[in-house]
Amino acid sequence: MTLSGAAASTLPGAQAPPQGPVTGQPRLSWLRRLMGSEDARRLLSCVLGLLVLAVMTGPEGSASAPLSGFTGSLFHLRALVFIGLGFVLWAVITLRRRFGERARQASDWVSSAPRRLVTNRQARYGIYLALLAFAVVYPMVLSQFWQNVLVDQIGIYVLLALGLNVVVGYAGLLDLGYIAFYALGAYSAAYWTGALAVHPPITLNPFWAIPLAILAAMLAGVVLGAPTLRLRGDYLAIVTLGFGEIIQIVATNLQGVTGGASGPASVIPHFSVHVLGVHYRWGLADLPYYYLLLGFVVIVLVVFHSLENSRVGRAWTAIREDEIAAESAGINVLKYKVLAFSIGASTSGFAGMLWASQVGYIDSTLFTVQLSILVLVLVIFGGMGSLPGAVVGAAVLQWFPWFLRVHPLFGFQQQDLFIYLGALLIVMMIFRPEGLLPSRRRKREIGLAEHGIGTADAMSEPGGEP
Amino acid sequence: MTLLRLIDLEVRYGAIRALQDVNVDVSEGEIVALLGANGAGKTTTLRTISGLARPVKGSVQFAGREIHRLPPHEVVGLGIGHAPEGRRIFPQMSVLENLEMGAYRRRGDLHQDTERVYSLFPVLKQRRRQDGGTLSGGEQQMLAIGRALMSAPRLLLLDEPSMGLAPLVVETIFSIISEIRKTGTTILLVEQNAAQALALADRAYVLENGRVVMADKARTLLNNERVRAAYLGEGAA
Repeated sequence: MTLSGAAASTLPGAQAPPQGPVTGQPRLSWLRRLMGSEDARRLLSCVLGLLVLAVMTGPEGSASAPLSGFTGSLFHLRALVFIGLGFVLWAVITLRRRFGERARQASDWVSSAPRRLVTNRQARYGIYLALLAFAVVYPMVLSQFWQNVLVDQIGIYVLLALGLNVVVGYAGLLDLGYIAFYALGAYSAAYWTGALAVHPPITLNPFWAIPLAILAAMLAGVVLGAPTLRLRGDYLAIVTLGFGEIIQIVATNLQGVTGGASGPASVIPHFSVHVLGVHYRWGLADLPYYYLLLGFVVIVLVVFHSLENSRVGRAWTAIREDEIAAESAGINVLKYKVLAFSIGASTSGFAGMLWASQVGYIDSTLFTVQLSILVLVLVIFGGMGSLPGAVVGAAVLQWFPWFLRVHPLFGFQQQDLFIYLGALLIVMMIFRPEGLLPSRRRKREIGLAEHGIGTADAMSEPGGEP
Repeated sequence: MTLLRLIDLEVRYGAIRALQDVNVDVSEGEIVALLGANGAGKTTTLRTISGLARPVKGSVQFAGREIHRLPPHEVVGLGIGHAPEGRRIFPQMSVLENLEMGAYRRRGDLHQDTERVYSLFPVLKQRRRQDGGTLSGGEQQMLAIGRALMSAPRLLLLDEPSMGLAPLVVETIFSIISEIRKTGTTILLVEQNAAQALALADRAYVLENGRVVMADKARTLLNNERVRAAYLGEGAA
């Protein structure tokens, strides 16, 4: 009753609610008047929402003190911090509502600034080189811990995100079994280097296992893709989801080959080079691995960038925008979808191979659906269809949990990580659905989809297909 | 010479029979219209020709070759351009990019082809850098036709080019269609706007519930009692 009265009073142009004697509880009329303001209601829900988050991430209750989960969160400095965050969120939402269009323009202006400032080619290559130099030099001054994070958590995931970006961002296909190819790459690495119980015809140096791991993942991509890519968006997602599960279960149950959940008995060897009398072994130190990864990431970036701007890239754009139109324009839709899918798969396999050789150990419990979804989140967070987006998105989202672990803010606990990440993603999807650094075209597509002009893209609502 | 021949075509969507015993001939250089109400099977006919739908019976022959088992992109390669229903341009590509996508299967210099489209539709030249999605309905239709022409087709399939457009724009588009015919392209046109289509076409087929119920010279059909009553909005209510 209170709320419905309040809603009426906030309608623009609606008549003021009767100011006369209020029936019922006159004592609550101040509350009623306060809640009549839309801002106040929004503030209340922001603060309450954040308080819920505080309780969810707070200390656990125990059998002897069942309420301590609440009291420990609410009667504590944490509560104040979260209430403060609630105010901040409210302020952002309110400002956005007041100055929505201008705020959006401002954030676009900031994110597109580099593009505008650097219009000439040479300057752009200069900036790429500067960024590369930074990527080369900066890790040297980092602590061992951060060097490890850089290799294990960031480098590998940047590679994974770049591969999935081809599938999701370029071709618009939703792949939820992406990590299956990562597993295939990792197990191929283990097989060809002789770490599995089943031995290969010749045991190879990890470098020689790279093309074989890529090939295995790519073949799996083609074999899975050729029959299933005829399906549209949602169905493809289900098929790939199933494929991811199958690979993990097979890896678990094929004990005699893969070692199942306890992994292969022997260690997967590290990379090493023996050329012309030069002998070098990548050992346990992270920095050499970082440079190896950086080299591969740069190669992948260059290849994907040229793909994006090629005939192939334009076919992908056409398929993403309107599959039927692409077909009637003479594009072999299935061929280009399989191509995108298997390029993504081989990148994933490549990443799995590199990772297996660096860590030296794999087991079947590592290749979960969550990991597939995490990589998808990295791509969406960074901005679909954008190479800088995939790199920055993966780097930021993968860095953030480790940052929290090292600098725990207001009682951060590791097991609550996904609550925070979930909250961050929700906020992100509300305020910047196109991601951090979206591609220009992708961004406009998402804008159109919001206005209901979307097409049959895996990532948007299905269009009116006949 | 017969360029396109549909023989006893039957197409189903699941249990629904969309086309039955459809026989259509299109000769080189003709404009042929397919008329009929909503759901009569006009669009399905075009989709079957261009490979987007598969017949369960009958065949499609183009320039003496069976094409009804070919995938759409190969049909385009043989010389059939399709401007699909609802225009379906690429909204985030510029006008020029849209046109280039139409010539996707062809290699080499496209300059002459784009210039040809621009000369038919001067407004597209003005807007060549603009996104397809920002064009007006009529301009999008022109772009859809232009894109289909970029594949250098011998046969152009047009699916309701007048849909949702102002009468003046419809007139422009129809006059351009007859321009296109003069350059030697054969046209199969699907229309609800029967009066305009019959004025333009040489011959026409009338579809009802997936069957061809009438086939004749356009001028004859224009004077046919039944056609006048059912499709030209004259006579009995």
